[in-house]
Amino acid sequence: MKKKDLRIYKHPILGDMPEKKKIYIYFNEKKLTAYEGEMIAAVLYANGIRKLRKTERFKKPRGIFCAIGRCTDCVMTVDGIPNVRTCITPVKNGMKIEFQVGLGKWKKKIW
Amino acid sequence: MKELKLDEKTYFNKISFPSFERIKKGPVAIIECIEDIPCNPCETICKFGAIKVGFPITNLPILDEEKCTGCGRCVPVCPGLAIFVLDYNFNEKDCLLTIPYEFLPLPEEDEKVKCLDRDGKFVCDGKIIKVIPPERNAMTAIISFAFPKKYYNKIRSFKR
Amino acid sequence: MEEKDLVIIGGGPAGLCSAISARKKGIDVLIIDENLRPGGQLFKQIHRFFGSKEHMAGVRGFIIGEKLLKEVKELGVEVWLNSIAYGIFKDKIIGVIKDGKNTHIKAKSIIISTGATENPLSFPNWTLPGVMGAGACQTMINIHRVLPGKKVLMIGSGNVGLIVSYQLLQAGAEVVGIVEIMPKIGGYLVHAAKIKRFGVPIYLSTTILEGVGKDEIKGAVICPVDENFKPIIKRKKYIDVDLICIAVGLTPLNELLYQAGCLFTYKGYLGGLVALHNENMETTVENIFVAGDCSGIEEASTAMEEGKLAGIAASEKIRNKKWEEEKEEIRKHLNDFRIGTFGEKRKLSKEEIIKEYYERIKT
Repeated sequence: MKKKDLRIYKHPILGDMPEKKKIYIYFNEKKLTAYEGEMIAAVLYANGIRKLRKTERFKKPRGIFCAIGRCTDCVMTVDGIPNVRTCITPVKNGMKIEFQVGLGKWKKKIW
Repeated sequence: MKELKLDEKTYFNKISFPSFERIKKGPVAIIECIEDIPCNPCETICKFGAIKVGFPITNLPILDEEKCTGCGRCVPVCPGLAIFVLDYNFNEKDCLLTIPYEFLPLPEEDEKVKCLDRDGKFVCDGKIIKVIPPERNAMTAIISFAFPKKYYNKIRSFKR
Repeated sequence: MEEKDLVIIGGGPAGLCSAISARKKGIDVLIIDENLRPGGQLFKQIHRFFGSKEHMAGVRGFIIGEKLLKEVKELGVEVWLNSIAYGIFKDKIIGVIKDGKNTHIKAKSIIISTGATENPLSFPNWTLPGVMGAGACQTMINIHRVLPGKKVLMIGSGNVGLIVSYQLLQAGAEVVGIVEIMPKIGGYLVHAAKIKRFGVPIYLSTTILEGVGKDEIKGAVICPVDENFKPIIKRKKYIDVDLICIAVGLTPLNELLYQAGCLFTYKGYLGGLVALHNENMETTVENIFVAGDCSGIEEASTAMEEGKLAGIAASEKIRNKKWEEEKEEIRKHLNDFRIGTFGEKRKLSKEEIIKEYYERIKT
């Protein structure tokens, strides 16, 4: 099965994509291939997933807007912690990423 | 809808375009830089002193067409990718244009290409003659391609 | 509490250059940066920079970034990454969230080089996935190396819009067009020519009416405008795109300067509200300096020069010495960049800032 992959493997200026360790993450139970050092949102976009969350009141979809951790449009629930800025958070093997509605729900106590 | 149009008229009288007499003599640089950008690598790289920017560095580059040998060292260093080398006498029918090229995949020598004008419109067929790989010039490839002489001032790029 | 001679907030081109010049004067320097790697937005600039030999003209932005990082490392500048400076308090105490933990640091002198943020543009459906800043798109393709869309509409023909369009072509996307509401392009003609000759149309006196799509962008409606910028609705046109990039300017990120009590002025040519500063880049709060885009939107090349200037000026005060000649040399470089049609207005605005600084510092 040929999967959708929007990564830019060859580039006229930046050269070939450096070899990186392959890992796996889960988006709403769906297993996705990722490479070490990639940002969560970049992996999702590479797989054609651009809808990352819905807003609290009007349930409007949101995706990446600024890509540098400023606008918070890309926040998702990561390993049970809601509102993680996925455009600047690197993936970890086995990470569980969930679509977030509104402000999300805490599933895990961190303090 | 109104579009930005670029053609030979955009540059006419605004650049020191080589005279037709000079063009007929052999390879020469064509510098399509008509705004006062603070920039002068073309002047720095030319070992024949054929390009003059001077001070302030927003001056437009002026080409001394007699000093220019058409060596093409200025082609990859222009940050605006605005310098080309034209060899009008490539052969009886065709002229040869050398341009900076920063895309993949690179064309191959002898490959047939579609020649485009400054607006990216198809003009005629042409042929790739020489490819200098990007690694030699900080990732800017230098491509020379041939097409009929009459389009020497029209064609500025190609597609495969 | 830890104490430092000089703390630089923001490790982009301005911050790195100020760190280098201060460290060379023997100053104990700390850079605080919220990212996982310093360099700011330099690493996504894969095009060659304008300028002259002294300013590394013709060198690509990310190569300059690598050179600066190497120099910072060799000089032994301390860098805190993943660290957000959230506040500047009394006596130059800086509040920082470092690796998720709160900490404080006291500085003799502070250089704020926090850069800028992209301006948004609102139109129906601009919040849908598939609408993003042009700089964001540049980050996606050149840093993360992922195409956020395959058919792109660019809004705005300033240098950012033109350069990112070119880089989208290099990344393998199709740029369906650039729309510009003004009757002429905002950026350099050479950048426009680079994409025109590969067939990308640049529509002048044209705007976007709306993005089209339910869950994400599937298209856009563009429309010509009359001389009063009013859309001529009957000539609107639908185009198929899956990505809309917004390149309508930048705004200085100056919250920390504001919090520190610096006085501001409005300069349209420099992107909005900017902190008043003198010819040493020092703000109206003594020993707080500013450099780069957060002191007024310009280019990476000017940001680097301003950074050097602020670094030396801050060192002068810490060491109680004078390096007037070096500073004069840098000011000369800055003026070299601020000439011509594009630079003149920025130069005048900068001069007004310095003038206003002296007027208001008296009162």
